[in-house]
Amino acid sequence: MRAKAKPEAEAVTAEMTGADVLIHSLKKENVEVLFGYPGGAVLPIYDALYRSPIKHVLSKHEQGSIHAAEGYARVSGKPGVVIATSGPGATNLVTGITDAMMDSLPLVIFTGQVASTVIGTDAFQEADIMGITAPITKHNYQVRDVQDLPRIIKEAFHIATTGRPGPVLVDIPKDVANKTISPDYDSTIHLPGYQPTFSPNILQIKKLGDAVGSAKKPVILAGAGVLHANAGKELVAFSEKHSIPVINTLLGLGSYPGNHPLFLGMGGMHGTYTANMALYECDLLISIGARFDDRLTGNLDHFAIHATVAHIDVDPAEIGKNVPTQIPIVSDAREALKKLLEIESSSPETDDWRQKLTQNSENFPLWKKVSTSEFLPQRVVELVHEYTKGDAIITTDVGQHQMWAAQYYAFADANRWVTSGGLGTMGFGFPSAIGAQLAFPEQTVVSLTGDGGFQMTLQELSTLQELNLPVKVVIMNNQTLGMVRQWQEAFYEERYSQSLIPVQPDFVKLGEAYGIQSYKVTNEEEAKAVFEEAFSHRDPVLIDCRVSGKENVYPMIAPGKGLHQMIGVKP
Amino acid sequence: MKRIVTATVINQSGVLNRITGLMTKRQFNIESITVGHTEKEGVSKMTFVVNVDDNAKIEQLIKQLNKQIDVLKVTDITDQAIVVRELALIKVISNAQIRSEISGIIEPFRASIIDVSRESITVQVTGNSDKIEAILDLLRPYGIKEMVRTGITAFPRGSQKSVTDLKQYSILN
Repeated sequence: MRAKAKPEAEAVTAEMTGADVLIHSLKKENVEVLFGYPGGAVLPIYDALYRSPIKHVLSKHEQGSIHAAEGYARVSGKPGVVIATSGPGATNLVTGITDAMMDSLPLVIFTGQVASTVIGTDAFQEADIMGITAPITKHNYQVRDVQDLPRIIKEAFHIATTGRPGPVLVDIPKDVANKTISPDYDSTIHLPGYQPTFSPNILQIKKLGDAVGSAKKPVILAGAGVLHANAGKELVAFSEKHSIPVINTLLGLGSYPGNHPLFLGMGGMHGTYTANMALYECDLLISIGARFDDRLTGNLDHFAIHATVAHIDVDPAEIGKNVPTQIPIVSDAREALKKLLEIESSSPETDDWRQKLTQNSENFPLWKKVSTSEFLPQRVVELVHEYTKGDAIITTDVGQHQMWAAQYYAFADANRWVTSGGLGTMGFGFPSAIGAQLAFPEQTVVSLTGDGGFQMTLQELSTLQELNLPVKVVIMNNQTLGMVRQWQEAFYEERYSQSLIPVQPDFVKLGEAYGIQSYKVTNEEEAKAVFEEAFSHRDPVLIDCRVSGKENVYPMIAPGKGLHQMIGVKP
Repeated sequence: MKRIVTATVINQSGVLNRITGLMTKRQFNIESITVGHTEKEGVSKMTFVVNVDDNAKIEQLIKQLNKQIDVLKVTDITDQAIVVRELALIKVISNAQIRSEISGIIEPFRASIIDVSRESITVQVTGNSDKIEAILDLLRPYGIKEMVRTGITAFPRGSQKSVTDLKQYSILN
């Protein structure tokens, strides 16, 4: 039973508090769910929330809130909304904000702040969150005057979701949230310094059309920008129209069907041999919504050195940042692809090129050990693929399990892949699975995680228990920090400094302590039986998969090497 | 190479922090920075002098500055016909005997003495950086007790000579 409450916050009354204005504005922005954690400075906001029908998900740590919001935003395309209190509440968000900034996820974050009168006095739970988050947000605001609140919230959502998406933080002092005003919801957005380009320059499009026509070895590199722009269909149409092979970046997986004959796989440090050699040898590289991250390009001195580079990106600052670009196109990916499909252009003769690439894939496919005695981690991914019919939303942290998921879960559709790419955040995967599941309650959501990363945010098992969401937690437990161990083996003469973690909690008992059905599997047969059961019902499950601890991710480009210098391309 | 970049910004709290922060993050070496109001209310102008290795680096800086929500316009004015001014205050050790000697030195620079004490005089000089370097070289032998410089502020001249290869940076390709 709820205590006697004041009238509902959503009704616009003549006089409302700043906190009520906030909640009302969130309704106007069609926010369905908030991820947050209360505290002193946000008490007025939580009081207004108490009177509102907006769903609030209480995490167990603010980092859990923000990663869940990221998962929600990643799969739904809608902004994830986070509330945290001042000081430690706000600073606990910092990793997630940076992660969202690096991976261009739309978030709107509200932090409480100490009262205006004591800002700058090192008051209890005061932190300079404006200063702290300036370099890790697309923009941030501190609300000084409660009359500005409706406009600032409108602007925050606008900035977070348009152009290149990103996190926007709004810092609200406690007295501002308490102050009573007659809000002006009609105040319009006024952002003269923010006018993101949406449509491409047609001359540049024609130039690219000509380059396509005369190319002999063209290749498309598709990144997360294709997903943000919802341009999957157009990408397939364009690549098919001109028979141009497609490579995905890590974050772009799913933007092109993983089983398409023109698909070459993921490029980069642990990408396929075929994809990386195509990037190395191509004479026309069309990058769409990708930012030439160092994990993708390897040593820049060897990256696409024979190629004319065309770069389509909504963020002009990404063009020419790492790779010299001959055909720059500032545009939304979908708009650019639509225009490319509209213009008249001849198709290149790519038979020889594609034949060569096919030979490469036949000669150098992804490989893994064949073993009857060991339970190989790659097999876990393949089995998850099998038992989810390749249609699950997969979330991961960073490291070996992430790379195996990227390599072996052939994503057929868009927005099924939630991973921390740019920042590489351990502990991201499990809470982001909760957010993704909230966005798509009917989907199967699998948190593929490692034993290291899972232990960074496993307190969210309690959130999972409370919400009773059907998230399947699959721990690829090799009792090591796998990628660290792999690099120590390769580059530090097997000195496994702090990377072996044989002493672990009993994950089954741990899961059960949170009321979650939990299993331990040590071989494929057990795994099959448990997966069969686990993916057949709508309850949360935790599965501790005890996999071999000695497996390495191959193929690989060693740091400082070029794309053509892959190691481990053959058993 | 040295580049002079101006940025028109909305006069919002935190904007200076964001801009200097991004320069630190991306390892740009700021030689000087000045900020002040413009003819438009609520709009300020910043002038930076930055040292960069190549054109790609300065292009990246301008693009990153343009991305800031509160930044309205960014221009690299180095290659334009511009008016550049910097002010320096120089406290020079001097007694009564050499005071007039110093007066004679600074006169061609149209500098002026704005403070006098028993052991020193303070010279105010305005001009571009070369001019200030030149007067400093001349005064140094007398002993400079203290010196402050404002850093340069600049904008394009009213009429530009027709230059064909002006560097253009635009967000529209």
